Amino acid sequence: MTGKAVLEARNIVKELGRGAGVVRALKGVSLDLRAGEWTLLMGPSGSGKTTLLSILGCILGPTSGSLTVAGHSTTGLNAEQLADLRRRNIGFIFQSYNLFPTLTAEENVRLALDVRGERGPEVTMMAQRALQQVGLGHRLKSYPGNMSGGEQQRVAVARAIAGKPAVILADEPTAALDSENGEAVMQLLADVASRTEHAVLAVTHDNRTLKFADRILKIEDGLLVGEERRPEGVDTIHQIARGKKKRNKNG
Amino acid sequence: MILTLAFRNLFHDRVRLAVTLIGILFSIVLVAVQLGLYLGASKMIISMINRADADIWIMAYGTKNFEEAQPIPSRERFAALSTPGVVSATPLIASFTDWKKPTGGSTIVVIIGADPEDGGLTPWNLAEGDLASLGTRDAVIVDKSYLEELAVNNVGDTAQIGGNRVRVTGFTEGIRSFTVSPFVFTNVQRARSLLGMPSERLTYVLVKVAEGADPVAVRDAIRLRVPDGEVLTKTEFRDRSLNHWLFATGAGVPLLGGALLGLIVGTVIVAQTLYSSTKDHLNEFATLRALGSSSGYIYKVILAQAALSAALGYVLGIVLSLIIVWFSEGTALPMVMTPGLAALLFGLTLFMCAISAVAAISKVTRIDPAMVFSK
Repeated sequence: MTGKAVLEARNIVKELGRGAGVVRALKGVSLDLRAGEWTLLMGPSGSGKTTLLSILGCILGPTSGSLTVAGHSTTGLNAEQLADLRRRNIGFIFQSYNLFPTLTAEENVRLALDVRGERGPEVTMMAQRALQQVGLGHRLKSYPGNMSGGEQQRVAVARAIAGKPAVILADEPTAALDSENGEAVMQLLADVASRTEHAVLAVTHDNRTLKFADRILKIEDGLLVGEERRPEGVDTIHQIARGKKKRNKNG
Repeated sequence: MILTLAFRNLFHDRVRLAVTLIGILFSIVLVAVQLGLYLGASKMIISMINRADADIWIMAYGTKNFEEAQPIPSRERFAALSTPGVVSATPLIASFTDWKKPTGGSTIVVIIGADPEDGGLTPWNLAEGDLASLGTRDAVIVDKSYLEELAVNNVGDTAQIGGNRVRVTGFTEGIRSFTVSPFVFTNVQRARSLLGMPSERLTYVLVKVAEGADPVAVRDAIRLRVPDGEVLTKTEFRDRSLNHWLFATGAGVPLLGGALLGLIVGTVIVAQTLYSSTKDHLNEFATLRALGSSSGYIYKVILAQAALSAALGYVLGIVLSLIIVWFSEGTALPMVMTPGLAALLFGLTLFMCAISAVAAISKVTRIDPAMVFSK
């Protein structure tokens, strides 16, 4: 069950580089992300996935177009204001986990809350709850170096959900995992999305993840060229992903 | 979490931490030694002025320091005594002269002649003998640290000054001279006799002002009565002596220069290690930025790293400095460590580390959080 739109992107254009070397990485992308919805963004290398993810995550600003996150327009915001919007409304999951190797699992999660200005014993409880939610209640004091890739990515998921952000953006969350751990992480993200408080968008090349998605967006050459909602089965998704290129400039 | 992260970043690479701490340690020790010697020298230079029971000094015009003063007429003393606000005006003799060792050869000493009953400038820290002994025939009191140089060993030993016999009647402890010439205490009359100074001459008049009187106002009043001499408050004479020995002669410049050099070396070492640590953790700082941390949060992590380095380096540095102070106690120029100097060193260490953090902060200021997606 999906809820209201928590992220709205309209006609996003992004040009990279300068002068004669300027490249139009995104050519007018529009999309909504709804609470409780699990969206996959797929596309070949160089299609603009990472650029789009960076813009939706308020890390990069668009050249033109508008973006609204949790009701806040990003137009005209400076880097510090965008950072503030990020820490209050967006959770990130990275391909290489990006955990702090010198901090324990619990401290990694607490750090994300600390950045939001949340301190005190309640924050420790929140971090522990998030780690219990991802099945790591027994590894609170473990350092990333002593954890498997799957466990590290689950810590990253806990870090992303601990602050209850409106949007969770994941960059190739299963790319560095074996199939078993990849499935576990995707199942976890599907569970997260199903709680309706978060909208989840993952950039992926991993076809094993298709069965978990409520919606698949296909991007090519800076444009959204296909969208499929609530597929019946994996085979159907594969067909969509492989070739039913139904251009849809407005997402 | 800022302190936790800073602490873990710092201790993550023990070798780099060791290099940082050694850099801070040597910087602190270098600065402490230089400033400690500077303070030690200052203390020695003004020890007689500080010790003398005088608010105002009357001396020959152009006197640059305590040891090098020309005689002035005794009438200046009476001029001072007739000035309102003056309680006492005590004569003091001070001059370089030759000390002929009983074993042969001679050395330059500074004779200080003051009458114990006047209390102007009498020897202190007496280890052997007493002040009253200065009233006995040929009596002088010298410091224990100069026994070898003066070629005397015990009370009762004799030597010669200006062809006159002197007899050691007591020893002081720790009264050292910045000029390296030992102080020889005696009374006014004997000092004049040993120096061949006429009885109507003296070197200084030590003026004590009445309680509640303003020394500056009394000084001005005395100046009107002593037009040929120089009249300075205790502070003015202290400043003049320090300025002469430390700056006019250039003796203090290398000490301060060495301290500055220590600060620069320490800053460069800490800056280099902090910068390289920040560079190594750049991906983590980019992750923090992507997670929405403000620039200020990241700056605080780096500054906390700098502050932790400063605190650790300071503790090690001050311990080593205190050991050096202890070892320097018996030398010709003992190093001084005061609570004020220790506090100043801590402030300088924090300042040095904060300055060192600038390069690292400038690096993270340009960080692109989008780099977290590049791997």
